[in-house]
Amino acid sequence: MNEPASIRRRDTDEEVVFRARGLTKVYRMGEVEVHALRGVDLDLYRGEFVVLLGPSGSGKSTLLNILGGLDAPTAGEVICAGRDLVRISERELTQFRRHYVGFVFQFYNLIPSLTARENVAVVTEISTSPMAPEEALEMVGLKERMDHFPAQLSGGEQQRVAIARAVAKRPQVLLCDEPTGALDSKTGIIVLEVLERVNRELGTTTAVITHNAGIAAMADRVIHFSDGRIGQVETNEQRVSPQELHW
Amino acid sequence: MSALRRKLLRQFWSLRGQALAIGVVIAGGLAMLIMSLSSLDSLTQTRDAYYRDYRFADVFATLKRAPESLRESIAAIPGVQQLETRVVAAVNLDIPDFGDPAKGMILSLPDGRNALLNSLHLRKGRLPEPWRDREIVINDAFAEAHGFVPGDRLAAIINGRWQELEIVGIGLSPEFIYHVSPGDLFPDFARFGIFWMNRSALSAAYDMDGAFNDVVLTLTRDARAGDVIDRLDLLLAPYGGQGAIARDDQLSHRYLDVELDQLRMMATVFPVIFLGVAAFLLNVVLNRLIGNERDQIAILKAFGYGNLEVGWHYLQLVLMISMLGLVIGTGLGVWFGQMLAELYQRFFRFPFIDFQVRPYVYSTGVLVTLGAATLGTLSAVARAVRLPPAEAMRPEPPPVFRATLAERLGLQRWFSQPTRMILRSIERRPLKAMLSMIGIAFACGILMVGRFQEGAIDYLISAQFNLAQRDDLMVTFTEPTSVRVLQELAALPGVWAVEGHRGAPAIVRFGNAHYRTALQGLEPDGTLRRLLDDELKLQPLPAEGVLLNDFLADYLGAARGDLVTVEFLDGRREVREVPVAGVVREFTGVAAYMTLESLNRLTGDGTAVTGAHLAVDARHRDEVVAILKDVPRVAGVSDRYTAISNFYESMADIVLTFAFIGTLLGASIAVGVVYNSARIALTERSRELASLRVLGFTRGEISYILLGELALLTLLAIPLGFLIGLGLIAYIIQGVESDLYRIPLVVGTSVYALAAGVVLVASALSGIIVARRLYNLDLVAVLKTRE
Ligand SMILES: Nc1ncnc2c1ncn2[C@@H]1O[C@H](COP(=O)(O)OP(=O)(O)OP(=O)(O)O)[C@@H](O)[C@H]1O
Ligand SMILES: [Mg+2]
Repeated sequence: MNEPASIRRRDTDEEVVFRARGLTKVYRMGEVEVHALRGVDLDLYRGEFVVLLGPSGSGKSTLLNILGGLDAPTAGEVICAGRDLVRISERELTQFRRHYVGFVFQFYNLIPSLTARENVAVVTEISTSPMAPEEALEMVGLKERMDHFPAQLSGGEQQRVAIARAVAKRPQVLLCDEPTGALDSKTGIIVLEVLERVNRELGTTTAVITHNAGIAAMADRVIHFSDGRIGQVETNEQRVSPQELHW
Repeated sequence: MSALRRKLLRQFWSLRGQALAIGVVIAGGLAMLIMSLSSLDSLTQTRDAYYRDYRFADVFATLKRAPESLRESIAAIPGVQQLETRVVAAVNLDIPDFGDPAKGMILSLPDGRNALLNSLHLRKGRLPEPWRDREIVINDAFAEAHGFVPGDRLAAIINGRWQELEIVGIGLSPEFIYHVSPGDLFPDFARFGIFWMNRSALSAAYDMDGAFNDVVLTLTRDARAGDVIDRLDLLLAPYGGQGAIARDDQLSHRYLDVELDQLRMMATVFPVIFLGVAAFLLNVVLNRLIGNERDQIAILKAFGYGNLEVGWHYLQLVLMISMLGLVIGTGLGVWFGQMLAELYQRFFRFPFIDFQVRPYVYSTGVLVTLGAATLGTLSAVARAVRLPPAEAMRPEPPPVFRATLAERLGLQRWFSQPTRMILRSIERRPLKAMLSMIGIAFACGILMVGRFQEGAIDYLISAQFNLAQRDDLMVTFTEPTSVRVLQELAALPGVWAVEGHRGAPAIVRFGNAHYRTALQGLEPDGTLRRLLDDELKLQPLPAEGVLLNDFLADYLGAARGDLVTVEFLDGRREVREVPVAGVVREFTGVAAYMTLESLNRLTGDGTAVTGAHLAVDARHRDEVVAILKDVPRVAGVSDRYTAISNFYESMADIVLTFAFIGTLLGASIAVGVVYNSARIALTERSRELASLRVLGFTRGEISYILLGELALLTLLAIPLGFLIGLGLIAYIIQGVESDLYRIPLVVGTSVYALAAGVVLVASALSGIIVARRLYNLDLVAVLKTRE
């Protein structure tokens, strides 16, 4: 077998959650064509914690958005739970996002007019077997602050609310785009601990984009991205806990 | 409550100022819609029921005198269903303790019974009993004006004989829902009474035994009014028939129709303007909101909210604002409607006005409002629906600015940096700036509409009475009378000038058009009754030919030099060709004028007058009026100027109320547009302005940047608003223009000044409210928030 590293894993019989083949994404802006993805093949396995590393503009966010059904590729296919995300209708895609994926973004993107608890409730209200918003907030250590509005929380706290919001519906997959990008290392570690805990306790497949090579040590696999392609894939035999990270 | 619903409510609350401002604009449009629709509906329903229950006639004819036996022939005309012959007498009144001249009209009732057609509705008392010669029923408006109750007495000069009459009843008839003397603008309840009396008593007093001089009839379902009228005219011609008219030409019915047309126009023009402005404001507010919440929209979608759910979320906000307008507007509309109905009751005399707002009026209001709001915000909502979640995660691209036209022309050294910011901001979104300006301009226009009437009517009255009709009293005779009567009048105490005139009923034809009116013969060098051209300059009577008033000239399509055909309906019923010598400007009625001499020559029946204009020394006026009451052949004396001034004074409160409402509505648009634009500018630019504050700009300077743009737009909007106002006024005037009256397109300086003033004040107030927020701008909070 001559499969690329991004597909092959330690134990090949483990369950594949995402299966992306030949993903390309071209942004056309007038005369200029930007090739954000140039043929990406990738499998994500159940319960694994993946870190995506790569220079700015290499296409990490683009890939994550496509995996999460936020964006469509120019070509290629993404199979998840037996469906090709590229070919299903807008309605089905909405259902897919509603029940399957949780997102965490660099800038938290909380709804300012809703309290922490309500920000979580916005998501739990439309999912099938969510945890209570309070429970999710407790997981991220913010039970005491749940009636505060985003403006009353620090950046790290807001990011933890965002994680609580993402995990409250018990998604199969958690996609995080630079979740610590706007945080200092201490706060960043608290956030990463939460992600790690969710991954461990709920078995949520987790993909984290970061510029921070230091974070790679806590992953099962580290995928290096450059110029719209997957370069090298490292597999960590031993995951390091977030407390031991530093950058 | 779901979290999303909570977000909605909080959002609504945080937008409350803007929501209220928009809600009030919606309310203005809706109030006008509900007011006019419900009035239209109530009036139409009331009228139709009144006509039906009191058997309002379909055809009306007046003649000199015909034997009652002619009745059979009229009844035999195919298409006639029911008919009633009547005696109708024009009389002069002698009312105890009332010095002013007053006229009346007595109609016959079948002895001891109600009329078969145009039946009386009795408010008080009873009908005259058979064989009681002096008993009359009087119309309720006249009774109200004088405080008459059954049992009171007054006197009338019937056919030259003074006769005391006893009021036994107070009533009204569908024939006189609205009544003005021909040529008058307003009803004059105190000086014009309509009485009903037993036929035998009236015939005896009026020399009409066994005869009639008026006939009304109804038609069978399939009859054509025109055919019946032709036959009837033929039948009545030998008896001095003056041409029958169909219901559509009946005076009271016509006035009511014109009023209903006006309501119909109000039900469209104003709601369209108000809801149009509201839709624009909603669009701007929602677009801004959605622009601000791109990331929130993205998050909602990323977490599985569907496109339509997101769209519905924002549409709900629009609907909530619309609901606010709906609630206020419906309340106001019903209130205005009731007010209008009360007003109508003063002029349109119905047994009662059944004012009701039927469900369809409400549902039309709701539909139109929600329709306008949805239409206005559709593009914004669609933006939220279409926003791809990945795209939305990126902040809105920074706006593209460029050097303004003025700067490209090299004028930049004249502008300070803040002024450049204002100009660039306008040039960046010219469409939005233009729509804001148009919105403010409409506010200005509506303010003008609310105020112009007073000035226009003042102008009309002053043109009519200072320039054209300058007599103190006008006397009309029962029939054409020898000119010698003028000398008798001149001999009365205090009378220092007398001018005779003659009115000859005639049909004027030109080409295919014809119009029934009266040819007026005037003294050529008269000073009491004069004619004016369209610049209100005196137009002397030509020795030959006829002057048409502008309405008649327009109607016939005749101009100076054309030959019109005149068919006299009286006397020898001559048919003549007369050249048009010119056109004169008149605001009421339809008339044609020539010298008394040429008129007498044309009719071919000698020199005669049917009335006279008198100039009377004020000290002798009452005495002259009293003497004239006893002169046989004097059918009526009128003092139109006093009558109209009195009426106009009594109208003052109404005019003021409506001007006030108009001002409020106009101001609400100005506030709605300016306040919303300022608030949005504040949201869009608070970060930029806060940064400037940090850099050391004063509060005054950043207020200038924020509000200068609006001040500039407001100033530009005012001249445009004047144009819009003039256009609206011209449209309204043209809509109500009829043979009855025309309102001159005269807009006084005060109207412009007031409209501009209110717009400026409303804008300034909105500006101040927003500037206060700017003063309290929390620099840290603003700079902390992510763009
Ligand atoms: N909407 C868009 N239109 C045009 N080009 C785009 C668009 N979105 C992304 N790109 C381009 O696609 C390429 C990949 O973008 P992407 O956001 O995936 O990079 P990234 O790896 O996430 O970078 P960063 O680490 O800076 O977030 C970049 O060159 C970017 O400029
Ligand atoms: Mg990125």
